[in-house]
Amino acid sequence: MSGLNGYKSGSNLEKVLHAGHFAVTAELGPPKNADVEVIRKKAALLKGVVEAANITDNQTAIVRMSSIGGGALALREGLEPVMQMTCRDRNRLGMQSDLLGAYALGLRNVLCLTGDHQTFGNHPQSKNVHDMDSIQLVQMVVGLRDKNCFQCGEEIKGVNPRFFVGAAENPFGDPFEFRPLRLGKKAKAGADFIQTQMIYNVPKFREFMKRVVDLGVHKQAYILAGVGPLKTPGAAKYMRDQVPGMDVPDEIVERMEAAGKGIEDKKAKAAAYREEGIKICIELIRQMREIEGVAGVHIMAIEWEEAVKPILEGAGLLPRPVVEPVVSA
Amino acid sequence: MIVAEQKPLAEIKSLTADAKKVLIVGCGTCVTVCFAGGAREAAIVAASLRMTSKLDGHPKDVVEVTVQRQCEWEYLDEIASQMGAADVILSLGCGVGVQALAERYPNAIVLPGLNTAFIGLPLEQGVWAERCAACGQCILGLTGGICPIARCSKQLLNGPCGGSSKGKCEVNPEIDCAWQLIYDKLKAQGRLHLLMEITPPKDWRTSRDGGPRKIVREDLRLATGDKVTG
Repeated sequence: MSGLNGYKSGSNLEKVLHAGHFAVTAELGPPKNADVEVIRKKAALLKGVVEAANITDNQTAIVRMSSIGGGALALREGLEPVMQMTCRDRNRLGMQSDLLGAYALGLRNVLCLTGDHQTFGNHPQSKNVHDMDSIQLVQMVVGLRDKNCFQCGEEIKGVNPRFFVGAAENPFGDPFEFRPLRLGKKAKAGADFIQTQMIYNVPKFREFMKRVVDLGVHKQAYILAGVGPLKTPGAAKYMRDQVPGMDVPDEIVERMEAAGKGIEDKKAKAAAYREEGIKICIELIRQMREIEGVAGVHIMAIEWEEAVKPILEGAGLLPRPVVEPVVSA
Repeated sequence: MIVAEQKPLAEIKSLTADAKKVLIVGCGTCVTVCFAGGAREAAIVAASLRMTSKLDGHPKDVVEVTVQRQCEWEYLDEIASQMGAADVILSLGCGVGVQALAERYPNAIVLPGLNTAFIGLPLEQGVWAERCAACGQCILGLTGGICPIARCSKQLLNGPCGGSSKGKCEVNPEIDCAWQLIYDKLKAQGRLHLLMEITPPKDWRTSRDGGPRKIVREDLRLATGDKVTG
């Protein structure tokens, strides 16, 4: 614990949550190339606006700059990263080795995920790994930190990686009644925080959270509710109809459609859609703040990092709190 | 059973292109039951190869024979004379059958006529589905008799991923979500507590990850104590 003042990892995200603030995280999608500039530009849009930004790990199974590489670059730009790590592409050797490397580079948050199936991405012919599942990955990362040992049980001699450990949950995945229990399993595995899938169906999420609170899981892990601004009615429809495990109510789609009604100019129409998307997102955040057990929001503005700042301004969540390290007496 | 399907005729033609005399060897076990490589299929492939090679102007001498079990050497001895007379052997057995022939007859050129698909069962006439991944450490007792290694697209051990929707897998709506099936089964049996425990990472050494596998039963062996190679 020395040097961490009682914190598990000492990350900014951990400090803000620990201090009891309503936390904000966002998402930074690394480029499909090796361009440092892309990370720089996106990081500049999020720096100081959110506690930390998730650097996705080959999301939707499409090859991109690694979450560790992207995370180290974001850190250089002054933006704290949450390194996403999926079980799809690496076995326990590869994952632990990457965790050591990431920690050495200064990364302090990790989000443990199963990973989208590779058939969705640009290498559907590839072999997947799934040596472990996301719950086992949480246990492993917590073990590196709290038990000071590798997954095999061997002691780590020297510096051990001390991450703030996250996991994801989709409140709208099936079987619905098992989801709060699965979240409980992740907390039991040692997850410090949870980021949920994007929420548009608030009543159903409330139902989910009620069960989570009844189980006491919100006291074991900080729960950040996932939200995201819609760009177009088409995107809303696509999520409603095509993305497994997504729940987008018709009224959201209708609101997006109505926003562009009567506008002929293409640019003006697109701007009207975006404005409505941001407005809906702000309303969702306001509703999330009222739900018991929700400790923050995770904003997924996919390839639209510019939207995060106006959303937070609209939601009254700027400026972000600055938490100084606890000074021990 | 082992489920297989026949390679396209064009591929079989290409594989046997240089041969004048072809012996097609069917198998009377799994691949007969799944209509891929039994006596009937062997006769059809033989007739097709005869006809097509004749049309191409290079007629082949094609003979077919079916053994009871291509995966056991003793059943292969009965076709020794036919094996010697052919330029190439087209096996309609599973991958084990092809290799058993190749091992028993080291000088023969043995070619595969099937693609071996999986260990599974027929759901209905003409439909087969995978059920076992032969991982070597069976956990069906914990999962209501439904295997997440063979039937979950991500081989998860602690419940469904976020892509489970209306009982279906995110990979393809034609695939049932194994974890939805497991959940429903255990719920109906009042055994949901089994899903609350965290299942630790699997030891994959008993699966293919430990290298090619072998079972040695000293109680059954005749040459007890000798080292087993091969």
